[in-house]
Amino acid sequence: MQDLEKYILRIADSSLILSHRLSEWCSKGPTLEEDIAISNISLDLLGRANSLLEYCSKVNGNKSADDLAFKRDEREFYNFQICELENGHFGDTIIRQFLFDSYASLFFKKLSESKDETLSAIALKSIKEINYHLRHSSNWVIRLGDGTKLSKEKIQDSLNKIWKYTGEFFEMDELDNEMLKKQIGLDNKELKNQWDIIINETLEKAKLNRPKDGFMMTGSKKGIHTELLGKILSEMQYIPRAYPDAKW
Amino acid sequence: MQLELIHKNKLQMNKAATIWEVFIQSKNGLAHKHVGNVHAEDKEMALQNARDLYTRRNEGSCIWVVKSEHIVSSVPEDEESFFDPSNDKVYRHPTFYNLPDGVKHI
Repeated sequence: MQDLEKYILRIADSSLILSHRLSEWCSKGPTLEEDIAISNISLDLLGRANSLLEYCSKVNGNKSADDLAFKRDEREFYNFQICELENGHFGDTIIRQFLFDSYASLFFKKLSESKDETLSAIALKSIKEINYHLRHSSNWVIRLGDGTKLSKEKIQDSLNKIWKYTGEFFEMDELDNEMLKKQIGLDNKELKNQWDIIINETLEKAKLNRPKDGFMMTGSKKGIHTELLGKILSEMQYIPRAYPDAKW
Repeated sequence: MQLELIHKNKLQMNKAATIWEVFIQSKNGLAHKHVGNVHAEDKEMALQNARDLYTRRNEGSCIWVVKSEHIVSSVPEDEESFFDPSNDKVYRHPTFYNLPDGVKHI
């Protein structure tokens, strides 16, 4: 696999898997309005994943975007582990989304300066969407954190539980360094400072405590995942794998 | 059965939430038009819900949300005394004027 291909897949997979997770809320949202809001965000992420997979398919030359989404196995997926975490209760979903959106808002802003024109264009289009997602998720963090005693307890628990999945955002491996050198990719470590600012500001408004940076989960850059990804794929890929020639 | 229960829960949750009326301006310069309502706990949530529910297909450039309780409405019983007196005053209608070309939105 070419370097560029893998780099695109990493970005695409996080959007695709998180989109699938959010789509599980469809018809189960706490209110009708929130149901639609979450489904909208899920669709935005799916659109982004689609653009990236189409581009990856072009770079690859052999596989279609659908092949890439539906015919890869677990170890060939490179999404951040945070994206595959279960929806849990509404507060869990909001925290997962807030931590990811804060990162994505910075990542795609930087990616829009990429020398790769397609990546830059996709990033530019994504920024507006992500800013809205971040507004939605951070407002909920504040609302629940600064809400009732119960909502505060629950969302603080969610934050403590999910925090260890945020380390992956800022990792650099050989491929990242290579892409950075070619000015296609970016320095993930550089995003940390600004991410801290977004997180701290919101948590302060929400009257929540920032968990300590302790043990952090890692592995997704090598295709190592939690046991949850397999379950997602078995559902997401079932139809195209069972009926390979089906058209829709 | 379970779906029914979920639906009932949603209704109950929504009962506690405030209702907001949504007005959308489709283009700069035009008046905001009432499009419907949303449930929300606060004004930011009302604005976001309105955005998600009513502007998905490029409908607008500006949204207003107003708590429904802040809208004062006439009631059906008022209809006669409010509106009938103007029915026989044709001179109030601008039907005697020729509109210049280029005047829009009338």
